Amino acid sequence: MAGKIKSIAGPAVLVEDLEGAKMNDIVRVGTEELVGEIIRLDGNICFVQVYEDTNGLTVGETVYTTNLPLAVELGPGMLNGIFDGIQRPLDKIREASGDFIARGINVKSLSRTAKWAFTPSVNVGDHVAGGSSLGTVPEFSFTHKILVPPTTSGVIKTLKPAGEYVLDDVIATLEDGTELKMYHTWAVRKARPVNTKLDPNLPFLTGMRILDVLFPLTAGGTAAIPGPFGSGKTVTQQSIAKFGNADIVVYVGCGERGNEMTDVLVEFPELEDPKTGNPLMQRTILLANTSNMPVAAREASLYCGVTLAEYFRDQGYAVSMMADSTSRWAEALREIASRLQEMPAEEGYPPYLSSRLSAFYERAGRVKTLEGNAGSVSVIGAVSPAGGDLSEPVTQATLRITGAFWALDASLARARHFPAINWAQSYSLFMNILEPWYRANINQDYPELRLEILTLLQREAALQEVVQLVGPDALQDAERLNLEVGRIIREDFLQQNGYDKVDASCSMEKAYGMMQMMTALNKTGEAMLKNGGSINDFLNDANTLEKVGRARFVPENEFPAYMADYMKSLETAFKATA
Amino acid sequence: MMDLLKKEYNSASYVSGPLLYLEGAKDLPYGAIVDITDGNKRVRGGQVIEVSDEFTVLQVFEETSGLDLASTSVSLVEDVARLGVSKEMIGRRFNGIGKPIDGLPPVVADKRLSINGSAINPVAREKPEEFIQTGISAIDVNITLVRGQKLPIFSGSGLPHNELAAQIARQAKVIGEGGEGFAVVFAAMGITQREVSYFVNEFERTGALARSVLFLNKADDPTVERLLTPRMALTAAEYLAFELGYHVLVILTDLTNYCEALREIGGAREEIPGRRGYPGYMYTDLASLYERAGVIHGKPGSVTQIPILSMPGDDITHPIPDLTGYITEGQIFVSRQLASAGIFPPINVQPSLSRLMGNGIGKGKTRADHKEVADQLFASYARGVDLRKLVAITGEDALTDNDKKYLRFAEGFEQKFINQGAADRSIEQSLSIAWALLSEFPRTELKRIRKEYIETYYGTQKMSELVA
Repeated sequence: MAGKIKSIAGPAVLVEDLEGAKMNDIVRVGTEELVGEIIRLDGNICFVQVYEDTNGLTVGETVYTTNLPLAVELGPGMLNGIFDGIQRPLDKIREASGDFIARGINVKSLSRTAKWAFTPSVNVGDHVAGGSSLGTVPEFSFTHKILVPPTTSGVIKTLKPAGEYVLDDVIATLEDGTELKMYHTWAVRKARPVNTKLDPNLPFLTGMRILDVLFPLTAGGTAAIPGPFGSGKTVTQQSIAKFGNADIVVYVGCGERGNEMTDVLVEFPELEDPKTGNPLMQRTILLANTSNMPVAAREASLYCGVTLAEYFRDQGYAVSMMADSTSRWAEALREIASRLQEMPAEEGYPPYLSSRLSAFYERAGRVKTLEGNAGSVSVIGAVSPAGGDLSEPVTQATLRITGAFWALDASLARARHFPAINWAQSYSLFMNILEPWYRANINQDYPELRLEILTLLQREAALQEVVQLVGPDALQDAERLNLEVGRIIREDFLQQNGYDKVDASCSMEKAYGMMQMMTALNKTGEAMLKNGGSINDFLNDANTLEKVGRARFVPENEFPAYMADYMKSLETAFKATA
Repeated sequence: MMDLLKKEYNSASYVSGPLLYLEGAKDLPYGAIVDITDGNKRVRGGQVIEVSDEFTVLQVFEETSGLDLASTSVSLVEDVARLGVSKEMIGRRFNGIGKPIDGLPPVVADKRLSINGSAINPVAREKPEEFIQTGISAIDVNITLVRGQKLPIFSGSGLPHNELAAQIARQAKVIGEGGEGFAVVFAAMGITQREVSYFVNEFERTGALARSVLFLNKADDPTVERLLTPRMALTAAEYLAFELGYHVLVILTDLTNYCEALREIGGAREEIPGRRGYPGYMYTDLASLYERAGVIHGKPGSVTQIPILSMPGDDITHPIPDLTGYITEGQIFVSRQLASAGIFPPINVQPSLSRLMGNGIGKGKTRADHKEVADQLFASYARGVDLRKLVAITGEDALTDNDKKYLRFAEGFEQKFINQGAADRSIEQSLSIAWALLSEFPRTELKRIRKEYIETYYGTQKMSELVA
């Protein structure tokens, strides 16, 4: 039996006498059938958070339950798509309600009319387990595996031959009568099952030197990007979405600017996927809940996003998920908690903030899927600390969970140092676990070389403090050399120009080559000083210094020759002027 | 609707601050607008902010003194707060809740729109990339405003942000399409009588009123009305922009007063406070204002916002500027230091930023050399300002001749470029002044500008002909 609205306060609605109400089930509220979710049961009263604007609702309007938890539809048709926080396609919403988002719109997440070319990979009589694939569907240049729902298994009784089907067509039945379609649904608040979690010992390369070299992330790892406004947080995330080595990108715009989502929408279709040459958008799914869209849907959007990511992981792909920003998600949590008159903890956030955040980040990981393949979900979450203060609860809770911390710095951004990642504050806990990979795949001496770069940077930072006090002239030549090499590393290695075609993304091989160039420069300089040269010889060798500086703009295929030429010229460098 | 109007609720049970509780009025919709009549037949407005089957909470739009429980009666006016909109609104003045205060009769409404608006569907948005000329060099060249952008002014008490706002309202135009189709919607929240007369006189004196709609909520008007004022203004702006095709510039001042009102009402409702006592939903609430800016595919008009806020204690980490900065697309920073040096408008370009600037400048929009000139100005000024700190310690004699040029540049930049008084400068003029200043450097110092632009513009401008 349908329940009745008892009280309304913002997105929090109390419903009386709703029969069959279960925790986290989706309900339809009022005559406009607004979407809501049951978040607390108390006697015959259910607390419902409504995902749409509640203005105009009255007490006594009816509420009915769908008897289903908040779930997403998983199947072909998601790539190249943009959805709201609860997986409703925004272009379909626009067709239904115009340029502004109206309420109570009921649209299917995935198109029921689009035809997909299905090719079975199993036969009648085969036993299929949960999470194994029935066949494939090409989606753009991507092979979409049609999975048996994780909780279903059995022997195939009937199977459709290869051909074109729509999502509602039954493509297979099991002995027990279960009908299988090309899509299935999954409740978003529950992690999808896996066979086992694997050690995260492969890197997730982003194409950004400062991250890949100094603060690497593993495939299946988690990273936090905290930054005050104007420090380039969103730009950094977008760059990782573009160049990171993932097969699929799920980008959740959680409580961010509408114009920023437009930017992604305009830019991604024009950008080329470096791997396939297709538009980047064809491997991307966007979930957009802009800051003025309903707050409860913002809370749900992260879970929807991570569920979509898990689904592609279960097909054996590497998925990266960007959450921008988790602070807005936490604020949504706080807002709803306060409407429910829950006891607040620090800064008004509910006491379960930390456990909810952990539960979300722990859905990342590199796994052996139910089918036996390796897949991964890497999560990169932006944090927007209030007032730029990193001691606030959301940042602190995030730091306790995530393995890499990429601290964006407004003063670097103001000095036009991009990406504005502060190398003194950032860290990565993944370096040790990745060390064998780097030794085996880049070079045996890679970790030592990395350490050398780090040391040079640290020494330069220490010397900079001295320079601030007494000026550079008071330093000895060896220290001035260090200062100069440090500057070169900062400006020509750590900095990357996102608008330059070549420099926007850098392979690990090239980064390693550049590291060699810079440490070699340092060694040559040291040797020269030892032989009685002066620092001015070094500083005046514009030719050599320019070569180091130009290295980042040299295309990958020309780089080995460029580097060999440079290494050769180092032998004679600093001598012409000596 | 008519029979609803007749229904009266006489069951007031509790009054505190701006809140009135009614018993058994559960058929009032959430968010509805009501009339509250007291024993002396005086009528106040109100809004339903919470309903349950036991009681209904009303927020009273005026002071509650004089209300009693026995004789107060409440009747429904509208299911949700609405504003009657029409083209005739242009040139008119209204109070904070949309009633005319210029002595003229009410506007005949074309439509009555809910002031809460709806979110623009992100797929319907168009990328903002058309230049708006404010006639102010510092903004046009360094912090360019783009149609559909929301670019706040961060100011402080005692700084001339009102003068700046009035100047922008007067001068702003869309280049290439003449003055036609441009409108200003001006919403003032909690401003003093002195400020009200300043704005009214300024708008009338300069003729800006003819293309403006004014919503004025005064400091002594009920606090609650302050929460409705910007929504009224934005509803009018959206109507003018997306139904009539105007390019609308919305100026909201002062958001700090708005947030104070939000905190006051939150306190009266006994909500759990967030940072510094401001409600936890302030981000969402501010976003519901700021996000009502943009350009929509296939619609000729646009809504651009300049919200003004005075940072309490000039503290940019205070929740109001902090949350604003996360939602808006940059900020214009008004500097106390420049203001006390007598520079107007006292805009400090260093902490200022326009995130959408890159979209709206360059060939075909402003001028091809714009970006590089802006970068060069920024870099040279930053170096000049740094050198000032050094001079304070070591004296000017310790500087090289080259460094002295930077010092003088920073001076000239503030005095000639930023300090423009009431002048209305075209983007061409502003860039010319920039070139006159930059030409004081040797060509080799202009590292951010490519050769061809240096060849075209270097040394072509004489400051004496540009600035009186």
